[in-house]
Amino acid sequence: MSHPILACRGVAKLYGARASRFVRDGRFAGAPEELAAAGVVAAVRDVDLEIARGETFVIMGLSGSGKSTLVRCLSALTPPSAGEVLFEGRNLSTMAEGDLLQIRRHQMGMVFQNFALLPHLTVLGNVAFPLDVQGVKKTEREAKALEMIRLVGLSGREGRFPRELSGGQQQRVGIARSLAVKPDLWFLDEPFSALDPLIRREMQDEVLRLQGLLKKTIVFITHDFDEAVRIADRIAIMKDGRIEQIGTAEELLLRPATDYVRAFTQEAPRAKILTARAVMAPAPSGAEFAGRVDARARVASFAHEVEAAERPFAVVDGGAVIGVVDRLAMIDVLVGRERKAVAA
Amino acid sequence: MSVAAATHPPAATRTGVPLLRFAVPLALVLVTAVLVSLPTSALPAWAWKYPLAWQAPLPAWISAFMKWLMETASLGLFTVRDLTRGVASALDAVLFVAKAVLATGVAQGAGASATTLVPPIPWFAMILASSAAAYAVGGRRLALGMAAGLLYLAVFGQWASAMITLASVLVASVIGAAGGLLIGLACVRWRTLERLMSPLLDMAQTMPVFAYLLPMLILFGFGPASAMVATVIYALPPMVRVTIVAIRAVPEEIRELGVMSGCTRRQITWKMLVPSALPALMVGVNQVIMLSLNVVIIASMIGAGGLGWDVLAALRRLDIGGGLEAGLAITVLAVLLDRFAQAMAQRTERVAKEDVAGAAGRRLAVRVALVWALGLWIAAAVWPEIALYPNDWKLSTAPYWSQLVSWINVNFFSVLDAIRTAALLNVLTPVKRFMLALPWPWVVALVMLAGWRLGGLRLALTTGAMTLFLAVVGLWQTSMLTVYLCGVAVLISVVIGVPIGVAAANRPRLWRVVEAVIDTLQTLPAFIYLIPIVMLFRVGDFTALIAIVLYAVAPAIRYTAHGVRRVPATLIEAGQMTGCSRRQLLTRIRLPLATPDILLGLNQTIMLALSMLVITALVGTRDLGQETYMALSKADVGRGLVAGVCVAFIGMVADRLISAAAERLRRRTGLAA
Ligand SMILES: Nc1ncnc2c1ncn2[C@@H]1O[C@H](COP(=O)(O)OP(=O)(O)OP(=O)(O)O)[C@@H](O)[C@H]1O
Ligand SMILES: [Mg+2]
Repeated sequence: MSHPILACRGVAKLYGARASRFVRDGRFAGAPEELAAAGVVAAVRDVDLEIARGETFVIMGLSGSGKSTLVRCLSALTPPSAGEVLFEGRNLSTMAEGDLLQIRRHQMGMVFQNFALLPHLTVLGNVAFPLDVQGVKKTEREAKALEMIRLVGLSGREGRFPRELSGGQQQRVGIARSLAVKPDLWFLDEPFSALDPLIRREMQDEVLRLQGLLKKTIVFITHDFDEAVRIADRIAIMKDGRIEQIGTAEELLLRPATDYVRAFTQEAPRAKILTARAVMAPAPSGAEFAGRVDARARVASFAHEVEAAERPFAVVDGGAVIGVVDRLAMIDVLVGRERKAVAA
Repeated sequence: MSVAAATHPPAATRTGVPLLRFAVPLALVLVTAVLVSLPTSALPAWAWKYPLAWQAPLPAWISAFMKWLMETASLGLFTVRDLTRGVASALDAVLFVAKAVLATGVAQGAGASATTLVPPIPWFAMILASSAAAYAVGGRRLALGMAAGLLYLAVFGQWASAMITLASVLVASVIGAAGGLLIGLACVRWRTLERLMSPLLDMAQTMPVFAYLLPMLILFGFGPASAMVATVIYALPPMVRVTIVAIRAVPEEIRELGVMSGCTRRQITWKMLVPSALPALMVGVNQVIMLSLNVVIIASMIGAGGLGWDVLAALRRLDIGGGLEAGLAITVLAVLLDRFAQAMAQRTERVAKEDVAGAAGRRLAVRVALVWALGLWIAAAVWPEIALYPNDWKLSTAPYWSQLVSWINVNFFSVLDAIRTAALLNVLTPVKRFMLALPWPWVVALVMLAGWRLGGLRLALTTGAMTLFLAVVGLWQTSMLTVYLCGVAVLISVVIGVPIGVAAANRPRLWRVVEAVIDTLQTLPAFIYLIPIVMLFRVGDFTALIAIVLYAVAPAIRYTAHGVRRVPATLIEAGQMTGCSRRQLLTRIRLPLATPDILLGLNQTIMLALSMLVITALVGTRDLGQETYMALSKADVGRGLVAGVCVAFIGMVADRLISAAAERLRRRTGLAA
């Protein structure tokens, strides 16, 4: 049977001088006040998750909620205080040093928030760096690096030094570098939060484009819900080191597990998240329709047409009409009113 | 004195009650005054003079230990003596090669009958090659400067000595830089090692080189190798420190990138950390070069030759002109090396900006120049007579300097003498009396109190123990004389330096002048100050004082300017918007915020003042410097080392207290380090 590419069970990470005592007693699940009094920070606790091959998994949360720490545990940069992380069914923390080195060299890639470009190397040198570490021959690694540089649209700049590039360009180098080893699992820790909004959007498109091309498994951290919605298959929302809920953007919006998640999703761009199925009303028999929309289509993609038409649109799923959407439904989505009918 | 000065502001900030704020320091001052003016009979004799019976015979122990080390100690397969002599001959070999290339060549036979097999690189070839190298790393201006500087050495007849000095400096710098880098990396890797190294580094930097020159002579034999080891020990600490800081400052992300790319430890260190930190590391290399130069003089005292020897000889002859010229040659060498190293540190940036065609042209020019230099060298091997700089072309300004000094002496003798007497009577002697009159237990108590206030119990205990050490080894009086001389010098340096620093901080043109002056003052070998001052004021404490102030004023100026400049622009603007006058901006915003930096400058000033002590011993001071100097001439290892350690401890007590004060201030004003 095939394993999920990455899974973790009961992962916790505690910092502080007396952290190990709490781990031994299994008390880290307790009240944060008790931990704080002992000078222990529970950066991550009780995290269980599975990430399927080819999935884009986004971890979200406010600053300090433990996102980076969790990803560090997932990538074995730090060992978890408790619990286990399984990469393709193999436990990362009990694995032999050499095996871990091989996995990192060939199967994992990481993009850093502040780029982490080496100042003394050119763009080419930076992108080729992971290959250099593996001992790949110069001509071969430079050919591969050039290909990656072209992929991220930096051709012609391979001789520049990092400080001569804009922030967006620097992060493209970071992306190219992390992809140079053709990893299966791609970590991105707030890769765009150091960039301004316009460039950020451009880079999100870049990731989407690359994902369409390369079909990696992506673990992406962000604290920007819009960003998460744009690229995620599934989203995990973290608070105080715990995962509050995991689900698609629409699930989080429609069925928030906790008040925190509800508050978190309140300002979300509903039209871009909700599908026709989620906002339709039951179809009255014998009505006439101005057109039809697919049940899985996002509201934003058809809102304009529906709003412009006099009559409602039919919502179809596999050819059968399962409901209708009309102007009022569009307005409801925009102003954020819940439709009682949806639940039915 | 400086200890008391440092206590006041922080002590005031901690106690919230206004009355207490002034009451405690005031009480301390009063008690001190009373103690000093008490008749001798008021306190038991042991409080005035540390009893002989309580003294630890440390010098004797050390001497015995050294003797044992050299005569009996064995490391199993070989003795300690074999080991040290082996190191010495390895160093000698390296040094021999460097000297052969630069200064002496390789000769067969000895004396007048010697035949030169390979000549040293001739002066014009050296100028060509160095300028080409300078052009490669720093462009046209550096190349011109290099050529002019080297030409100076040739024209003023300093070439041969300068090349010997250069050879030793280069070897010492390379060993110092490489050794410092390795030790620094090891310290980053093993925290325990860092904790062990830290006090050793402090010692090596604050202890007068004379103090450990002697053990080196015993260990490594009387010759250049010992001088080299002493030089490296002296020059290495900044490199270690810079390495630790620079490697730690590499962003955590870069380290993680290494781990995520599957780098081994070694790959992370040598492919990522060291190259990323290179610009910062070059700062350390720079320091190593400068410090190596400084010590070459001392090394020359034990026969390493070169410019240092020339200066020393001139000083002994009271030949001010000759000393000044040789001294200036050292400065020229220092400046050239310094600029070259700096250019190297900034090189990557410049090369990156340059267009490809320019770089190619430059490379070609450099290659051509190097080939020419090589050709000239070969030519010199064939026609040895062209290799030497012709005597007729040599210039000397020495007579003019000597004339100038004697003219001043003839015409202004009474004025100079009046100045000197006034200073001695009104400042130096009273302070000296005061320091000598302080009972040692009270001084130890004061130091501990300051330590406790500023940094807590641990600081109190360490500083107290170090102060007590001065008494225990029986050098209390001598130490107080040291504190007195340095204290006055530091005070004067601060009084002069801080205003200059403030004035020059935000006036770029003035700053350039000031910087040039203090750069020169710092790179001039310390001997040089003594020559004209001795000529004008004769030997004695006043002469020593001026020499120390000249040498130690630089950091006071530099750090003040740095601190004032570093005050965030937004705060200045906020001040302007609330209607502060220029004066208020200075007293309300700039100075308070710059205080931590000024304190660090004070720290450095103290260190430099202490390091000058041994030099001033030459003009007959009676402090710890003299003690080390005497020990050196009597080859008394124990005595020299103990006196050296005392100097180091005085420096460390001052350093710990001031750093703690600066740290508190920084935290209070929220300025990051
Ligand atoms: N090395 C460490 N030592 C001590 N505490 C740490 C360490 N690393 C993280 N923490 C603590 O763990 C908590 C979670 O930190 P983490 O970096 O994972 O947050 P984050 O969600 O990534 O935040 P951000 O969005 O700001 O990057 C924080 O309270 C932080 O102070
Ligand atoms: Mg983070």
